[in-house]
Amino acid sequence: MKYALLSDIHSNLHALDACLAHAQAQEAERILILGDLVSYGAFPAEVVARCQALQQAGAVVLRGNHESLVQTHNLHTTSPDTHASLGSQTAQWTHDQLSPAQRVWLDLLPLTAHVDQMWLVHASADAPDRWRYVENERMASLSLDAACTHPDVRYVFGGHVHHQSLYYRGTGRQLMAFTPTPGVPIPTPKHRQWIATIGSVGQPRDGNPRAMYALFDSTAAKLTFHRVAYDHRAAARAVREAGLPEFFAHRLEAGH
Amino acid sequence: MKRLEAGTELDGFRIGDCLHAGGMAHIYQVTYADARPAPFAMVMKVPRMTAGDGAENIVGFEVEHQILQVLQGAHVPRFVAAGDLVHLPYLVMEHLPGQTLQQRLDTLTQERSHASVADLSRLGAAIARAAHSLHQQNTCHLDLKPANVLLHPDGHAVLLDFGLSCHAHYPDLLAEELRQAVGSPAWIAPEQVVGVRGDPRSDIFAIGVMLYELATGELPFGNPQTPGGMRQRLWMDPTPPRRLRADLPEWLQEVVLRCLAPEAAKRYPSAAHLAFDLEHPEQVKVSQRGKQVQGTPFFTHLKRWFKAAGMHYQPSPLPSQQIEEVPILMVAIPHQDVSDATLYSLRQAVARSLGIRPGARLAVVTVISPNQSSTSESANSETTLHRQYLTMLHQWAQPLDLAQHQTSFHVLEASDVANAIVRYAEGNHVSMIVMGAATHGLQLQRLVATVPIKVAMEAPCTVILVKQALPFSALTVIT
Repeated sequence: MKYALLSDIHSNLHALDACLAHAQAQEAERILILGDLVSYGAFPAEVVARCQALQQAGAVVLRGNHESLVQTHNLHTTSPDTHASLGSQTAQWTHDQLSPAQRVWLDLLPLTAHVDQMWLVHASADAPDRWRYVENERMASLSLDAACTHPDVRYVFGGHVHHQSLYYRGTGRQLMAFTPTPGVPIPTPKHRQWIATIGSVGQPRDGNPRAMYALFDSTAAKLTFHRVAYDHRAAARAVREAGLPEFFAHRLEAGH
Repeated sequence: MKRLEAGTELDGFRIGDCLHAGGMAHIYQVTYADARPAPFAMVMKVPRMTAGDGAENIVGFEVEHQILQVLQGAHVPRFVAAGDLVHLPYLVMEHLPGQTLQQRLDTLTQERSHASVADLSRLGAAIARAAHSLHQQNTCHLDLKPANVLLHPDGHAVLLDFGLSCHAHYPDLLAEELRQAVGSPAWIAPEQVVGVRGDPRSDIFAIGVMLYELATGELPFGNPQTPGGMRQRLWMDPTPPRRLRADLPEWLQEVVLRCLAPEAAKRYPSAAHLAFDLEHPEQVKVSQRGKQVQGTPFFTHLKRWFKAAGMHYQPSPLPSQQIEEVPILMVAIPHQDVSDATLYSLRQAVARSLGIRPGARLAVVTVISPNQSSTSESANSETTLHRQYLTMLHQWAQPLDLAQHQTSFHVLEASDVANAIVRYAEGNHVSMIVMGAATHGLQLQRLVATVPIKVAMEAPCTVILVKQALPFSALTVIT
């Protein structure tokens, strides 16, 4: 079975559609969405509608921290220049774009899922609702160990950190970090345990504006990290036209 | 897995004779069980994986399983099929003819003789080319030794056994946080001893050990059995090969000892550079290292021993990138109908290209027509002409600062200039050709595709076509 793993879409419809088209061309059979559908971008309602349709068709959709952020109305801030306040502005705006039914749907999404031999979570499996960043071997180890208490789990896939990394066990006891090369299928045999952060569809932050997602072929036991070019200038333009902070438009153009 | 009987069927393959029963695996001849013809002879490698076997054996097979499937080219056996790692581990690959370098060495030992200098350069260059092909595919072999080098009857070398190899596109399953030495003690490079995996220059070190062995019949660092014994090579120079074998030319000792330098940065920066020297002995610059027959003095070793205690290695993340940073640059110098401005511009272009690539090597080439030389007149004899053109090339290169770049000069004889340039570039792993945009037959350019165009179309690498720029005209007096 070929699974497409997508996370951190952040209301970027252009990037989501490009990744879905790419995954379809690669003959992905099931879509797994690991949270953070909304915030930052210009198309929250459209992205949510798309994900709802995918879920109807059998996709797994998980809840991320941003699904919670947009639940509360009227987040006022007194320091308009800080990064945090920019986030709050878009959270407020996003809240207003979503229908009440969409907000309820987002709020009821599960935090984790167990599919095939995979454990899926937005952030870290050891405390899914604490939104910890799996950004080093130690954090990866905590998440992997927690997920592997469930029998039959060999793979843990998450998002949240916006970059693509694979952690594995070498001959030593600690996990080793590996930076994947996009487009190269990596053999991930089932007799080992693996944990990966699959990157962000809608808001790359590594200096490369291309969207990130991953394909996992459970039959061949191969994991491929992809970078997909999309019309990021149009996505940035839409952010500006929606009146959202310039910071988020520029971020899409520059990829950081 | 226990030994398979001949005639058994396994996953669509019919098991034939057992060719090799090694410590790690059995190797069987196989055919397709349904008797369909195979495009080439095949062997199946089945690891000995019983409960009592060490984890490294199993991981080594997993690594080979991972890497062999993606390697390409004439220098590795072609991959055919692989069994499931957990339930039915096996690999089917091409069975190539030839003998291993180990078999060659054994014969030499029996005959109490050593490889001739011509054989040494030929074999060394063949192995270096094979290693370079691997490095270009982002893979370091890391276990090069005579038993893992197959000498194909047509003269090229094939590398075998990728159980300790490292492919930069895949997680290194043999890496671990404690960083222990993984490799064969006699051939392992110093940086591997301290746990660094993934540097293509480690393979160059191993080739140096093999050349030393072929030349003298001895191992440069013995066959140490302890970590301390292996650490010796972090600071120790081996006995100069010429001390063990007086008829060995200085240039060859220079090449071998350069491969064996304790610090990776002091070895050949890429295997292509090594192959180049082995194939152009007359161009090797012989230093004290090549001439010496006495061992390194005790105090020098002592100083190095202190330095080695804190030695720090930088592994390379992408071997292909690392070797691309030390390319072989070729410049084609026309020898007739050429203006000073063109020669000047070519030199400027070469200087710029070398300037941003420390360690790059330069080959200065000119192509002369074969009917220019004559066997009867001494003034036009081949050697006289070659000497004249070589002098011209040296003069051209004189203003360049070549302290950081190995440089060689070549006069090629060929009637088809473009073809000669392209063949030379292919044969020597040249990464970049610099030539004039309107040289080599300028007068014909309206009639036929010019040499630069042909080279640009057919070259295996980047071609820089230099337009002549007159620096002199820019030097007008400002009033």
